[in-house]
Amino acid sequence: MGAREEMQSMLRMMMMIRNFEETADRLALRGKLSGGIHNSSGQEAVAVGVMSALAPDDVIATTHRSHHHTLAKNFSAREVMAELMTKVTGVSKGRGASMHLGDVARGHFGGNGIVAAGMGIGMGAALGIKMAGDKKVSVGFVGDGGMNTGRTWEAINMAAIWKLPLIVVVDNNQYAVETFINRVTAGGDLAKRASGFGLPASTIDGQNVIEVRDAVAAAREYALAGNGPTFINMLTYRYYGHNTGEKGQYRTLEEIEDWRTHRDPIEQFAARLFKEGLLDQATYDEMKVSVEAEIQDAVEFSENSPHPDPSEVMLNIDSGKLRG
Amino acid sequence: MANDPSYSEAYQSGIREEMYRDSRIFILGTDLQERGGHFAQVKGIAQEFGGERVRDTPISEAAMVAAGVGAAMYGMRPVVDLNFMDFSLGAMDEIINQAAHIRYMFNGSVPLIIRATSGIAAGGAHHNNSFESFFAHTPGLSVAVPGTPYDVKGLLKTALRADDPVVFMMHKKLTGIRGPIGGPEDLVPFGKARIAREGADATVVSYGYTLVTAAKAAEVLAAEGEQIEIIDLRTLFPMDMDAVINSLKKHGRMVVADEAPLFASITAEIAATASEVAFDSLKGPIVRVGAQRAPLSADPGQVDATIPSVDDMVAAIRKVLSY
Repeated sequence: MGAREEMQSMLRMMMMIRNFEETADRLALRGKLSGGIHNSSGQEAVAVGVMSALAPDDVIATTHRSHHHTLAKNFSAREVMAELMTKVTGVSKGRGASMHLGDVARGHFGGNGIVAAGMGIGMGAALGIKMAGDKKVSVGFVGDGGMNTGRTWEAINMAAIWKLPLIVVVDNNQYAVETFINRVTAGGDLAKRASGFGLPASTIDGQNVIEVRDAVAAAREYALAGNGPTFINMLTYRYYGHNTGEKGQYRTLEEIEDWRTHRDPIEQFAARLFKEGLLDQATYDEMKVSVEAEIQDAVEFSENSPHPDPSEVMLNIDSGKLRG
Repeated sequence: MANDPSYSEAYQSGIREEMYRDSRIFILGTDLQERGGHFAQVKGIAQEFGGERVRDTPISEAAMVAAGVGAAMYGMRPVVDLNFMDFSLGAMDEIINQAAHIRYMFNGSVPLIIRATSGIAAGGAHHNNSFESFFAHTPGLSVAVPGTPYDVKGLLKTALRADDPVVFMMHKKLTGIRGPIGGPEDLVPFGKARIAREGADATVVSYGYTLVTAAKAAEVLAAEGEQIEIIDLRTLFPMDMDAVINSLKKHGRMVVADEAPLFASITAEIAATASEVAFDSLKGPIVRVGAQRAPLSADPGQVDATIPSVDDMVAAIRKVLSY
């Protein structure tokens, strides 16, 4: 893919994620989904930048807020939206909904309802890669809320001592539900904290998709060379509440507006591409139209898909090989 | 008997043979390489297979199990050795929310064994919990409780050749017992109980070290002419309720015994199910034998007062024999 196509593809993916999330949020508020969602609007550059640096068969394991990671890993809008409606055509065949998107066979080791548990599984996947002698990496996504739970640092320590091909990506939207990261984080500097484990650790602008991509590409090369894990704290922001319909008072409207206006990852990237002559208005307008069509198709597809059969609730709990 | 392998040696034998058979199998845990584990369960294995396949870990239970879960999802066959089952509490999310539930949602399997030594012995409250019931209670987990060296090896092999998370609980007080073991292809299936002692007058259903207590009680009663059957469940999930019911139907008298607190226990599950499906065969109520619902004291006298004794077992069997 040429530079123009690659850049436009990244931009379109971010636009698709934004449209997906805003559409899903409206559907959730109207009771059309199986529960609420954790909206990732504002965090698109983290997902798209990371996946742009990975090979298709690299592994990811992620968090409760993972629509953007999942879509960026080339799961279709149809199968993600269908999962939000718990339809059998969904990523997790309707058993997971918004918070449990995953397909091991496609290198997606799952969203997760438990903070930082996905990153631990990502560490385990990295161990599997190393034991199998494969040339791949595993990305463990974790939020800022996962920076103060013990399992995070247990996993990072283990990845460091064993030099596992793990990239820890902090999708740091700065708020753990309603708790601002700086209120609860001793020392303040997450990268500095991580660097105490003897691995490369940095904080980058998570609203800049190219900066994200390049940082992950470097971490990937570092891991493939056998040097072990990297910790990348990506500073980003979510435009919506922690969960659908949240009416929080924990941050100001001015703060949200400031991020939307001045640091929006999509607008920044589009402006850059215009400036560099890699995008023209007609193409940008076409993208908006095609993204809208893609998401509307995903909604229609999902609404027309069946729910899993209640008679199948006992299927695939285990392999059956241990049943007497 | 004296030359037979011990319970721990049976484990060594099983893991060694399986590691030669399948290069995807590896072990991780604390103090495995030099010490061979706290119960000598992997003594010599690191020297044979090297430090990549017998990995010493920091004391990080959550990361140990997470490492196993992720590696298993990737296609390896890890054995996470927690040494003491009590230490699983530091990894309970990884065992229950993660390992047990992944297959159901994420189109992949988790061939993971979590081995630890369990059961009541000396050492006090932090090393003597009985967690059998809540692992067996969790959808997605299978639970093995071998009572003999033969079953240690055979159940381990079966677990290592399946595709599921298995909690493998070996009893502290059985560590040194000796007995015959099977060969490389002698597998013991899950969900198939074993008749440890045949008898026509009453049945004791149990597992783990309580089988020893039950055998002693059966000897006492044999001297009085009573023939007591003892069923060793071998696995708690899947559970061989057919074997339990078949034995019960012979005579209608049953004791269910272990050393966990009686409240909400495995014995409660068995008694309730047997009552539901075989009520008409019962000559009187099923009697349960178990521990008091107390943390385990470190004082030997208080330990004895907490868990069932041979006398307690004899008394329970006499009660059902009286029907």
